[in-house]
Amino acid sequence: MSEALRGAQDAARLLSFGLRPRLVPAREPDYRELVRRYLADDGFAALTQAIAAGLGLIVLDVSERAGIVPAGAAESAFTVRIGDYARRAGGEHRAADRLLHALAQLAVAALAFPRPADLADASYVGRVSVHGVDAFVRESCRLLAERCDGDDLTLDPPVDAPRLEAAWRLYARRASTGSTRDARRLAGSTTGIVARAMNFLVDSGCLVHVGDQAGGTFRTTGRYQVQVRELAADAAFEELLALGVVTVTDGSGTLQVRPDEPTLPGSAASLGSPDSPGSPGSPDSLGSTDDPESADV
Amino acid sequence: MSEAMIEPTSSPVPPPVASSMSSPVAMGLVGDVGMVRRLKALALTQPLHDLDVRKAHLVGAGAGDESTADFSRYAMAELGLHAIDQVTVSMDFDHGADHDQVLRRLVPLAAAQAPERPAAEHERVASWVLHSLINVGNVNRGFDAGYGTVHADGRYVRRRFDFKLLVELADPAGDIYLRATDEAVTVLVGALDTDITSAQIAAEVALDTLIRRGRLADARAAAEAARYRTVQYAEQLRGRLEATRRNVLAVDWLEAMPTLIDEALHHVEQRYRYENAILTHIRRYRDSADDPDHKRQAADLVTIVGDCIRRHTQLQARLLEAGGVFRAEQDRQQFAVSSARGGIDLHAELLLPTLALPAGAAERPAVAFFPGAVGVRTPRAPRVLDLVDLLLRPPLDREVLGAEVVEADLVELVEPPRFDDDTWARALELLDLDPSGPRRLSALLADARRITAGGTVGGGTVGGGDEVAELVALLALHAVSPRIEPARQAGDPTLMIAVDDGTPLSDPRIGGADLLVGRAWLVQPETEPEPGPATRSEPALASEPKPKPKPTRALAAESAR
Repeated sequence: MSEALRGAQDAARLLSFGLRPRLVPAREPDYRELVRRYLADDGFAALTQAIAAGLGLIVLDVSERAGIVPAGAAESAFTVRIGDYARRAGGEHRAADRLLHALAQLAVAALAFPRPADLADASYVGRVSVHGVDAFVRESCRLLAERCDGDDLTLDPPVDAPRLEAAWRLYARRASTGSTRDARRLAGSTTGIVARAMNFLVDSGCLVHVGDQAGGTFRTTGRYQVQVRELAADAAFEELLALGVVTVTDGSGTLQVRPDEPTLPGSAASLGSPDSPGSPGSPDSLGSTDDPESADV
Repeated sequence: MSEAMIEPTSSPVPPPVASSMSSPVAMGLVGDVGMVRRLKALALTQPLHDLDVRKAHLVGAGAGDESTADFSRYAMAELGLHAIDQVTVSMDFDHGADHDQVLRRLVPLAAAQAPERPAAEHERVASWVLHSLINVGNVNRGFDAGYGTVHADGRYVRRRFDFKLLVELADPAGDIYLRATDEAVTVLVGALDTDITSAQIAAEVALDTLIRRGRLADARAAAEAARYRTVQYAEQLRGRLEATRRNVLAVDWLEAMPTLIDEALHHVEQRYRYENAILTHIRRYRDSADDPDHKRQAADLVTIVGDCIRRHTQLQARLLEAGGVFRAEQDRQQFAVSSARGGIDLHAELLLPTLALPAGAAERPAVAFFPGAVGVRTPRAPRVLDLVDLLLRPPLDREVLGAEVVEADLVELVEPPRFDDDTWARALELLDLDPSGPRRLSALLADARRITAGGTVGGGTVGGGDEVAELVALLALHAVSPRIEPARQAGDPTLMIAVDDGTPLSDPRIGGADLLVGRAWLVQPETEPEPGPATRSEPALASEPKPKPKPTRALAAESAR
């Protein structure tokens, strides 16, 4: 086999490692070797990218921690479409469910990387829980509701134009949990939707399950961080720009990460409120700030 | 739109469109908030009416039942109100009612309405009512109702009002519990818009008066109304404290919150004094009433007012903590490390603006975010072989009750006796002393060891002698403070006594005092048994010599096991 052919085979093999999302270089010596070669050898890197492009993939990033992180181009066979993901919903709630599933993904990322710096810091590991994400979005909905209250006390959405209803109303209206006949999680509830989002991310190698507390607790992987930072956030941001929604922030982040729940002197665990986002001891207990600067439009 | 202004729509506004020229312009009250409120209040009762309307369509117990389950005899709205009632009453600061608890209370009520029907049907009705109030069939688990508003230009806009009556929430352990929404409490009490404080004062003035006049049924209603107000108050405070835990800036702690807390504390203080006064009133009434019916009603009232007081105490405790919560949260939240710059702010720049967009537009950024975030998937290529397997696989039965619980065979745990029967027999034989001749413990121990060492039982264990010696020592120790009364009652003629005369015991295995062990006659009850009571008294001073061997701590007989 000639040198060029061998190189092409190795490059394709590196790519195939990248398509097994839960595999990391640390666990697979061959993979690690190929990643090192990619980082050191520009020719090999170019070859890998060319093969990826031919398959309809874009190489987002290659690092020893996350391995090779490919992303699907628009028409690629490897891309997951929201229509496939939220296919199960039907009937009148189809559109609403689609939106809620997409919002849940956005919310998971927002809570996993609460501060702008967390996205940039390659060593950052976020920690998110199902209940935490749900409470986090509901709190955001509450803030938006408060903002609307100022406009008109009695303003309910028009009945015949569901697409004009604000997205947060859809989320706030949906039940957060519910009992089912066989003690499973209610799939249509917001915690059900968030849990589905997170489990899907686990299958994609973006999150790792670390425990069952707070409805399921997960930590982020390097792959997830790269995907959100390099592709997803920008894509969504561009859409917002196209819609004319420009949000100006000072870059310091509107969320604050707090180390822990405080303990009051003399008061027992009764204070651990059930709905406070995140469980004690995890960095995801945070609140959203009522930031005037993040006003939209 | 100005809120309180009430004006006919006709005059200042030019007729909007040509087509509407012929029809008269809507003469509604523009921006009439009160109207909207009334429409909403009306809508809130709809689910309850629906219960009675829909019961006719409820699938009758099906084939087989000869009467095909006639549900018309149940007053479903009534059961619905009871269900809301139960949930509201068991709502706590942190928790609510669980399903089964509500159902348990609801079933007897259903049974009372149709006593001749089977119990299974009562349960079915109760759970149907509860599920209808949660609206299990709806994906939002809520209700909506339409209403219209008339705009200044005569335009009539239909709007949708979404509400819930009972909501399901999960506690930290993942168990689901129910809470009644503000709207549900409104349905029940019929006055959400009233100022909580004034409404409660009114309720209690009425209560007091009613009791004075002896109209207890009315007084009961007033007392229950007062209780719902208290629940509402607690709910308000709970919401704000929770928001504070998330973010201190979200709640106005400069003015609004201190005012609320002051008001609430003042309120609790007054209510507490007042309810205690009422309580003494009713108690007096209850004790002096002749009519048994009145007596029962008064007793009920005592319970309700007692519950009110309990709730107020709870509220007060929370109020006192509120300041602490704020300060602790402020410390935690404000002194958190501020972040470095760089990167995109997912929350402020993506999530919030997307949530604020109309649903149709919000889908674009949200859907654009999706494929990038979830990453790539390799397309699944099914093989025909797998497909056949997949299609032929029997459906998985989900066990409702889980795996079978293994019935464990329980055996009583018997601790083996420390000394075997043989050892006991020999030790007791040794201690069966002549009442006139007490012996030293050291001698007894020596005997014990010797007897067994050269004992008749050759096959005994090597430690057999030591075993007997140890038992003898323990029995002697026990005899230092003998149980005289039980022995006398048992009719024993003699009792073993051990006393310490200060001689130390020299023994390789056991340390302590060389006790004098003897037997004493038990005499008649009126005369004191000789050394008995003395041994009961606690250790006398060691330095004080006595004619008799003084009882003292002969303890510390320590066996080397």
